[in-house]
Amino acid sequence: MQSTDITWVIGGPQGSGVESGANIFARTCAMTGLQIFGKREFYSNIKGEHSYFAVRVSDKNIRSNVKGITLLVAFDAETLFRHVDDVYDDGAIICDSDLTQIKIDEVPTLDTLFKSRLKEHLSSKNKEFSVQGLLDIYKERGVTIHLVSFKNILSTLADEIQNPSIKNMFRMLNVLSVSISLGFLGLPSKPLLEAVEAIFHSKPKIAELNKQAANYGYNFGTVKFPKFKYSISNIQKNSNTFLVQGYQATGLGKMACGCRFQSYYPITPASDESVFLESNEVFDVKNNRPGSTLVVQTEDEISAIGMVIGSALTGARSATSTSGPGFSLMTEALGWAGINEVPIVVTLYQRSGPSTGLPTRHGQDDLMFAIHAGHGDFPKIVYASGDVEETFYDTTKCFNFAEHFQMPVIHMLDKFLASTITTCKRFDPNLITIDRGKLLEKIENDGYKRFSITEDGISPRSKLGLENGIFWNTGDESDEFGHISEDPINRVQMMNKRASKLDLALKTITKEDQAISFGTAEFCVLSWGSTKGPILDAIDMLKKEGFNIGFIQLKLLQPFPTDRIKSLLKDTRIIIDIEANQAAQLGSLLNEHLDKKVDFYILKYTGRPMTSTEIYDSLKKILQNNAEKIQVLTYGA
Amino acid sequence: MEPKLADYKTDVHNDWCPGCGDFGIVNAIQMALTEMKIPRHMAAIFSGIGCSGKTSHFVNVFGVHTLHGRVLTFAQGAKLANPNMTIIAAGGDGDGLGIGAGHFVAAGRRNVDMTYIIFNNAVYGLTKGQASPTLRLGQKTKSLPNPNVNEAVNPIGLAIASGFTFVGRGYAYDVRQLKDLIIAAIKHKGLAFLDVLQPCPTYNDINTRDWFAGLDNVDEITQKPKPRIYKLEETGYDPMVHYGSESEVNEKLTQGLIKSNEWDTKIPTGIFYQNELVAPYEERIADRVPNYLENPPAIQPISSDGKSITDISKILDSLEV
Repeated sequence: MQSTDITWVIGGPQGSGVESGANIFARTCAMTGLQIFGKREFYSNIKGEHSYFAVRVSDKNIRSNVKGITLLVAFDAETLFRHVDDVYDDGAIICDSDLTQIKIDEVPTLDTLFKSRLKEHLSSKNKEFSVQGLLDIYKERGVTIHLVSFKNILSTLADEIQNPSIKNMFRMLNVLSVSISLGFLGLPSKPLLEAVEAIFHSKPKIAELNKQAANYGYNFGTVKFPKFKYSISNIQKNSNTFLVQGYQATGLGKMACGCRFQSYYPITPASDESVFLESNEVFDVKNNRPGSTLVVQTEDEISAIGMVIGSALTGARSATSTSGPGFSLMTEALGWAGINEVPIVVTLYQRSGPSTGLPTRHGQDDLMFAIHAGHGDFPKIVYASGDVEETFYDTTKCFNFAEHFQMPVIHMLDKFLASTITTCKRFDPNLITIDRGKLLEKIENDGYKRFSITEDGISPRSKLGLENGIFWNTGDESDEFGHISEDPINRVQMMNKRASKLDLALKTITKEDQAISFGTAEFCVLSWGSTKGPILDAIDMLKKEGFNIGFIQLKLLQPFPTDRIKSLLKDTRIIIDIEANQAAQLGSLLNEHLDKKVDFYILKYTGRPMTSTEIYDSLKKILQNNAEKIQVLTYGA
Repeated sequence: MEPKLADYKTDVHNDWCPGCGDFGIVNAIQMALTEMKIPRHMAAIFSGIGCSGKTSHFVNVFGVHTLHGRVLTFAQGAKLANPNMTIIAAGGDGDGLGIGAGHFVAAGRRNVDMTYIIFNNAVYGLTKGQASPTLRLGQKTKSLPNPNVNEAVNPIGLAIASGFTFVGRGYAYDVRQLKDLIIAAIKHKGLAFLDVLQPCPTYNDINTRDWFAGLDNVDEITQKPKPRIYKLEETGYDPMVHYGSESEVNEKLTQGLIKSNEWDTKIPTGIFYQNELVAPYEERIADRVPNYLENPPAIQPISSDGKSITDISKILDSLEV
């Protein structure tokens, strides 16, 4: 039996239902038993600019997107202009027949840079500057093109279900496109209707209408077109499959591990998580009254982190979520949490900087910034997760680190992770542990010292409201009680006490939590964060061709796990750094901490996540001794 | 055992300048806590940066000396996580109305049940006397190279406009009145703001103790100084919103704003505006989360033997396909 591995892309103007369409598609495929990996791309815009969703489905485990499109669905001209070049020669396009006469200059959302590249391409092939001109090129290349009149479909559907208002319901185009695609791909119709029901379950009337449209579109897709080469059949379904997005994993991790306070200021791509937490603010607690997460939207990120610190001082597990610009504002208070040994978690969803940068696009630009955030020397932990499933468990670990070592923890995620929709194993809250460190529940005697000097550098921690546990905090250097002290001897003692916790962290955090080894070899990839999936898929592709490449995923980035990495790299001759930023920030850490230097860099900073295909190509060049020292990847609209 | 004033004092050396108005404020805070018999572990003082920032170290309750301008953010976070605590935020006029002005306005909109005291001396004392946001236009205190080029902000007016539900003013050298105002502010259900006029004997040579006492402004007939400071309650002024009708609220807000503009010869103290009919933030949360006040973030159990006790199974079920 032929294995399934297709990439389906739906595009359209922002606000036209691209996302819900993609969700229906992904859900339907997942319900059928396929594995899903989907990424969402959109402009910093509310309505009108081009957005698209690329959903890769396979009957094998997939962890990345690939170059190329198997089936492109377009109900606007821009989608065709932007993506048609990516459709495989044996792939297909389903698009609205009304679009063919649209000229490049008639699409106002096409930017000048893109338009001139497109026109150059068309004139080199002697084609007119229109959708038709473009489609002609692809027809010649062998791409199957199915023109569909969505207007006619809507009007036939309106007659069939005797609902004339449907004639002009162009927002149904997403459901129609999805169902036509699913019919065309040969998937069963039952999960499609269930997926539509699940997505619109809160609006029964709309659900019903969409189900009728889905049914019609599905039948249309099955009967109107000849069989597609990539038809899908006979998929086995596993139980306990999850279809989840990164921000949900973080939110669920926070809920499960007892984060009860989250403050935030709206920012892409971090806010989704806070909104998720607020939407689920009340929940059951085993053998207890219901619990709740207090989510506070603040006036700015300075206030967000200030509130988190205030809340953490009461003993509540507390966090904030933000992205680069917001994190920039938080750094002064981060140092305050450092000197006062307050356990807080900052979930940092990176996007492309600097400044506003590419506000809705991906990047891993903030590693060095996170490590060095704040003035003065103070200990903090910087921890990075590589995929959605891992994010759930890592979130809970970050709170343990924060409380055990009494220091701020920055949990590095990014836009790609936040908005990736993927199938994975159901999260298991039984696998997490909760370590509250030296948090005190009772103090018998007077004389409590919040910053008492102890052997391991960690002082027993009181909280606001605890009898006999009165303490003082200050951003100034302080004595053991927390009162201001400018004494030079005390200063050294306190600086050393706080710094020693980093050594303790390196001794305490398990090797597997410091860095994961996916095998070591003469050639070894080192990376961090969401590049994990594309790297693993690329390495698998190379393995099939007989190439063996090691991969170490760094998770603990501050303090740097030098011993762990050195021991993993014993047999490695060539180090390859892969990351989504321009400066090779992990690379510079590796060069700083290791005896060996990085030999090759694979970098991407277009704002789009890496595909496994790109990494495969670049690694192969390295293996074949045919690579530049730095390869910069650029694929993706 | 009855709490004594001494219980609320720490033995930390106080390094404010001799004659500083801050002494009166910290005394009034300690007296208020004593009189209200608030258990020491149930009160916390949050402070900003500057001379006033040291206040939290002198009071023997939880003391959190925060960052410049950010005191309200820390204080609100603590109060919301543990609404059973009595929270007092204290900071300078530069702290609250300059660098922290955004938080001042946002806090008014929230109306969290706590007290905010601004130590208002019109200068940045700890950095050697630069003009603060409350120094009047054209005034040249002694360490300024030139007269102040900015208009002054009106703290009482800004608080009223921002939504504070208790707005008052005290004078640092009238400790008894100030103590009573602090007690009223703490008892107030919602966010209370106290603007405390606090002469800086070192850097503000204009708004001095003598100036507030009117020594420069002698009555021609009696030959006695005419004090600038007067008490609103002695004029029959009623700051309280009793019914909450739109017209009554407007009237009380307006009279508060009018009073807030008095300055040069007559400076009102006391409560300018009070409205307990506006729901504090905590109540707004409790409308959504029914057991929030009894089971706030600070006291919720989250684990048993190191295992999670939060039940997220329903959400996990909804994500299964």
